[in-house]
Amino acid sequence: MALDNIYDHDAFQNTKLTQRLLNEYQHNFPVTSTPYADIAERLGVNEQTVLDLLKELDDTNVLSRVGPVFRPNRVGVSTLAAMAVPEHKLEKVADIISSYSAVNHNYEREHHFNLWFVVTAENKEQLDNTLKDMQLKTDIRIMSLPMEKDYHIDLGFPLKLLEGGRSHDR
Amino acid sequence: MIDERQLISVLQNGIPLVSHPYAEIAREINSTEDEVINYIQLMQEKGDIKRFGLVVRHRKLGYKSNAMVVWDIAEENVDALGQCFGQFDFVTLSYRRPRKLPDWPYNLFCMIHGQDKEDVKRNLKLMIKACDVQSIQHELLFSTRCFKQRGAIYIHSDKTDRVAV
Repeated sequence: MALDNIYDHDAFQNTKLTQRLLNEYQHNFPVTSTPYADIAERLGVNEQTVLDLLKELDDTNVLSRVGPVFRPNRVGVSTLAAMAVPEHKLEKVADIISSYSAVNHNYEREHHFNLWFVVTAENKEQLDNTLKDMQLKTDIRIMSLPMEKDYHIDLGFPLKLLEGGRSHDR
Repeated sequence: MIDERQLISVLQNGIPLVSHPYAEIAREINSTEDEVINYIQLMQEKGDIKRFGLVVRHRKLGYKSNAMVVWDIAEENVDALGQCFGQFDFVTLSYRRPRKLPDWPYNLFCMIHGQDKEDVKRNLKLMIKACDVQSIQHELLFSTRCFKQRGAIYIHSDKTDRVAV
């Protein structure tokens, strides 16, 4: 490789590394004293490179976090809630709902029930109180649909699109 | 002894990007690195932790479209079909939830992702064919706006309220 191409070469290597990080470490992340060094060793780079690439993913908001995904209702309780909000009130109501720290996902969906959000709490009583409070503040009835059974095994999200990347699954 | 509530409260925000992340968590909750590591492994073995690793925002990875598919399925078939739907890599959730009649007749929920609406629709067709549910009533609810997306926060403290959304 010509010397004047060294930066492009680095960029290419980093894209490949980022892809491997995203593909191989959405699960089975090492729970060891030095997880990033362990990953680096497996990828054949140094620890700082792994940390830098993860920080870059974090800065660009691709990475939400590195950590556990808890099984629903094992740690705390949660429910999927839906509201039928008149169109002209939607933004205002959505802002009120998003302002609760108990809410993680909050989406508009194309349906009569047009606002869908997940509410979490430490226990059922706290969850019910939060839902009641939301109904009071928005003056809109909530349809609460708690999970009864989980059929899906979460193996992370398949990576198909990354600039210069190649599809490899399915 | 490790305080499970405290540990979860810190872990739900993710581990820090530093050489010894579990040691840093241990310092925050007055524990030791070994205790933190052992407790995480215990939660993994018990199934309290579904997976551990990079949690990505799929919208940033080119999966611009997602839809919730909801199905009205006879009780005796819910388990089998829930599992059938849950096996596709573009399905990130497959849950049974209660019906709310008369407003809401659906009892099985799947989240489907795709690069665009057409991709999501193709994926749905694939599921319908593979699981042989051509005659089952369903609706596809596309998301049009994301108001908020972040990890679930079960334990609330001053710290968690500062988490970027």
